Amino acid sequence: MISAAGLVAILPLVLLAGTPVALMLIIAVHRSHRMALGLTLLGLAASFGSLWIAADVVPQRVTALLRIDQYALVYFGMIIAATIAVAGLAYGYLEQHAVEKEEFYILLVTAALGAAVLAASSHFVSFFLGLEILSISLYALNAYIYSRKTALEAGIKYLVLAAASAAFLLFGMALIYAAVGTMEFGHMAELMMETAGPNRTLLLPGLAMVITGMGFKLALVPFHMWTPDVYQGAPPPVAAFIATVSKGGMFALLLRYFYRLELHNYAPIVAVFTIIAIASMLGGNLLALLQSNVKRILAYSSIAHMGYALVAFIASGMLAVEAVTFYLIAYFVTIIGAFGVVTVLSNGENDAESLQAYRGLFWRRPALAGVMTAMLLSLIGIPVTAGFIGKFYVVAAGASSSAWPLIIVLVISSSIGAFYYLRVIFALYAGAPETAERPAEVAPRMAFGSSVLVVLTLLLIWLGVYPAPLLHVIRAALPG
Amino acid sequence: MSGSAWNTWILTLVTFIPLAGAVLLLFLPRRDRDIKWFALFVSLITFALSLHLPTYLHRGQPGFQFEINIPWIPTPNIHYHLGVDGISMWLVVLTTFLTPLCVLISWKSVHERVKEFFILLLILETALLGVFVSLDLFLFYFFWEFTLIPMALIIGMYGHERRVYAAVKFFLFTMIASAFMLASIIFLYAKTGSFDYVTIQNAVRDGASFGITGHALGWLFLGFFVAFAVKVPIFPLHTWLPDAHFEAPTAGSVMLAGVLLKMGTYGLLRFNLGLFPDQSRQNQSWIMVLAIIGIIYGALVAMVQPNLKKLVAYSSVSHLGFVVLGIFSFTQLGVDGAVYQMLNHGVSTGALFMLAGIIYERRHTFDLDEFGGLATPMPIFAAFFLFITLSSLGLPLLNGFVGEFLVLSGAFQAKMIWGILAASGVIWSACYLLWMYQRVFFGKVKHSVNNTLPDLSARERAALWPASIAALVMGVAPVLWLNIIDPAVHSVLAPLAQTTAQVVR
Repeated sequence: MISAAGLVAILPLVLLAGTPVALMLIIAVHRSHRMALGLTLLGLAASFGSLWIAADVVPQRVTALLRIDQYALVYFGMIIAATIAVAGLAYGYLEQHAVEKEEFYILLVTAALGAAVLAASSHFVSFFLGLEILSISLYALNAYIYSRKTALEAGIKYLVLAAASAAFLLFGMALIYAAVGTMEFGHMAELMMETAGPNRTLLLPGLAMVITGMGFKLALVPFHMWTPDVYQGAPPPVAAFIATVSKGGMFALLLRYFYRLELHNYAPIVAVFTIIAIASMLGGNLLALLQSNVKRILAYSSIAHMGYALVAFIASGMLAVEAVTFYLIAYFVTIIGAFGVVTVLSNGENDAESLQAYRGLFWRRPALAGVMTAMLLSLIGIPVTAGFIGKFYVVAAGASSSAWPLIIVLVISSSIGAFYYLRVIFALYAGAPETAERPAEVAPRMAFGSSVLVVLTLLLIWLGVYPAPLLHVIRAALPG
Repeated sequence: MSGSAWNTWILTLVTFIPLAGAVLLLFLPRRDRDIKWFALFVSLITFALSLHLPTYLHRGQPGFQFEINIPWIPTPNIHYHLGVDGISMWLVVLTTFLTPLCVLISWKSVHERVKEFFILLLILETALLGVFVSLDLFLFYFFWEFTLIPMALIIGMYGHERRVYAAVKFFLFTMIASAFMLASIIFLYAKTGSFDYVTIQNAVRDGASFGITGHALGWLFLGFFVAFAVKVPIFPLHTWLPDAHFEAPTAGSVMLAGVLLKMGTYGLLRFNLGLFPDQSRQNQSWIMVLAIIGIIYGALVAMVQPNLKKLVAYSSVSHLGFVVLGIFSFTQLGVDGAVYQMLNHGVSTGALFMLAGIIYERRHTFDLDEFGGLATPMPIFAAFFLFITLSSLGLPLLNGFVGEFLVLSGAFQAKMIWGILAASGVIWSACYLLWMYQRVFFGKVKHSVNNTLPDLSARERAALWPASIAALVMGVAPVLWLNIIDPAVHSVLAPLAQTTAQVVR
């Protein structure tokens, strides 16, 4: 039974689930893109607002499946806010395309619901349910502009690989269940300690397969192959969504899972994550060097950034959860901002993906170039942007548990990374100032997306200069 | 505001007024004339306010003054901690002094995106000031890295043909090097639990009880050193400098040479000497050798440059070698001279870049072969140029002489051979500067187009007069500056003297 307090605690989830239903009903009666967006934003805003109501009753266990605590609420907040931003960006983008527009929002909010379930999950069942809700919505979202070959390719690639990784995940869960006899994270820790003999041999392969499933969603090397193609083919707002909400939900789960199961005590698991982190940081940055497509650059950069977040996660010192959460928030703002610029620059025929499309942008649309510069500087980790504080936190978390090799790799690979970000930045300012001066053509449809970008930029700078209030909230949020 | 409130908030005001001005500029309409006047106004206000510092500094009082220390981020424990001593205070004044001159000198040379240019210039001023006044290592690193963006954009957007190449090179060199400093800062934080300069200074002195081994200190010293050495730049890490200087617009070069390079020498003094006296002493000899190589190499390369701006850029390598030499002589005279030489170099080389920029505006070339006999069409320009050249090469009664003399005395005290080798640099610099002057101004006018060049305008004179007066006053009455520098240097050197005593014992 769910208690009254439990119901209040899952209010954000209920509202998230209710929004797509309401949307579906309304679309059946009357199609209007603007109304669909309005309703989506309303639903998301209500869900966001209900976080404060839920905050009064947490921590709550809601059935064996969900655990709503301050930690989950922080991630709910991130997921919902990111979805609001993505919806705002998608509006103008969809307007340019001859597709049914309203269903996009149904899929989007459903995917967000899946990610939120992941963040609150404390049981393999809710883990898998959340993952599938998220994934299945994403299959369709990836291929939403179905007249494009690349979009279809992205959709099918994602479908096949996500399904394969889900199979791994299920098999891993089954092995762990066979070994310890529970699917609930809370009990699993003690039972794992007690497990001995042949059952213990099942445990490690089981954990490895679960990690594979998680690694796929987080696009960590060597599970990253799908990332560049999907980011390139998917509509830019969807790419932003995959890079942030999908990964954020999974990272929340990963942290909780590790925290509950005390996996830091398992040397082989830590070693695996160390290798994955190093491979992701180096691999992501080195592969990005070869790209001249902005979407693919951002894809590889997001691989590297997950590697950075893993550094704090592996360090697991006092600061770890705080550092990871702050890092993810900074990363959310930055990546959505960067893909937001891609979105706003795209037109009905082409997405703005080749570096050529950005050459001399500053001389044509200085504000947009400024936003892109800010986002890229944040990805490099330059002061006054959220990315700087985030990277600083990660390094500090690593240092507090003396993970020096990881820190060295982080420093080296982010120096490599600076190179390709700078290439994009200077492309923005390239071109003789005299030759430009075309009238700036701001598509009125993108007005909404542009205001999202302004908010994101302000947020980026605010977090980079005065992160104390946010840190205060994050600090109270430990995964339980 | 009462006197004490002024003293608490003056550094914040001075540091952030340019930034506030930049934000206001963002909202001003694109009327270039108004924007220039506004930028000039903001930079002059900042300069006027910064004069509060030398006026009210207590000379005898050791430690930092005009301090403000309020929590900024609770964990990790980061404070908004500002303060200056006799060394950093003059660098603050140098920065605020040069910025209005940069505004004046860019009046006509920037045509496109004028608004953005002055916004970047003012943001750069805030970042540079922040570096000199920060007493929290995090805050210091924050400003340190932040200087990269406005500077790289000024070079990359408003520079000459290969500006993007130069900007990227500048950015990458300094960013990669400062990553080592970041690692060192975070290591210190992990051990001491603080970013506060004074706290860390005490903790390092008492290293054992914080678990900081001598071995670790050696690496920390190098971590900071690399970051600063690239900025100075110390040979062989100087290769970004000629490109950056050459490609930068005039105001960019002035800020780069005048202030940005001083971040490196200031860092060496404040952090390498201030935090790691023992390690500084252990590493003294090879750093001195690098400094001497820098002095001689910079001078020799400057001599063969066919290009006016590159010549001045290489002369910076040589002159900054003197500063490093003075700092690592660990003598009162040498370090006094190094600090003084930082200010001199800012004034003289800053002015040289302005002069080079003035001639570029008229002829659109820096090629020395294109000039010759310019003294005839441009007598006032030639006079200013001569005056600044003489100040740069160290003519007695002008500023350069005082600094070089003190540095060389310090070097001789430290070790005779260093002094002798470095002293040759003085001769070299006289050679290349005078030869350059001869090629530009003397003889007959070779190219007829040079006959028609207009002499300095009132605005250009307004930019050059302050620098020239400063060069003269600093040469005649160095005591005004050294009075304040001397006690601050004394307290920096005190722990070094102790370690010497220990070594002797």
